[in-house]
Amino acid sequence: MDLVPVFARWLHFLAGVMWVGLLYYFNFVQVPALKAAGADGTAGGITKHVAPRALLYFRWSAVVTWVAGAALLGGNFVSAFTLAKGYAGIGVGAWLGTIMLFNVWFLIWPNQQKILGMKPATDDEKNKARRVALLTSRTNMMLSIPMLFFMAGGLTHKAAFGL
Amino acid sequence: MKNPLDSIWGTIISGVILTAILYLAVAKFLV
Repeated sequence: MDLVPVFARWLHFLAGVMWVGLLYYFNFVQVPALKAAGADGTAGGITKHVAPRALLYFRWSAVVTWVAGAALLGGNFVSAFTLAKGYAGIGVGAWLGTIMLFNVWFLIWPNQQKILGMKPATDDEKNKARRVALLTSRTNMMLSIPMLFFMAGGLTHKAAFGL
Repeated sequence: MKNPLDSIWGTIISGVILTAILYLAVAKFLV
């Protein structure tokens, strides 16, 4: 048994569940909860104790998912990312995941740091950061739908998906 | 026009439409 693809696949699934699970938590639970909590003055508990922890696991599980996915692709990495014949399905999934990883580290995280007071920001900058962080998070949620479709086909089940 | 990403359902519907577009593009041009 070749252990690298076995453990890479397992880790890719474990970290991916955490990453996308937290992404759905933010969109389905935390955003509406903050809106309701803001109305009765209890948002502080979420922004101080919950959001920083959720973001910590969110951004690092994104990295682990990508690295484990790259290890799983192994020698197929270049073929996937260049959408070579026979690799386009998994390649599109890999590109969508890569765009999502970029969004986490270069758009969501820097803006969340301003929103949560980890970085100095004026009220105007915080309001702008809220909008960018929300739309980027929603973009990632939207991208996760085709990403998971193409990942589910992968290299092994692509025929079942007609790819 | 309202941004579909402002609502959860708009986001999900956009994701499903994007899936169909990408699937058709891959199946028609890249397989």
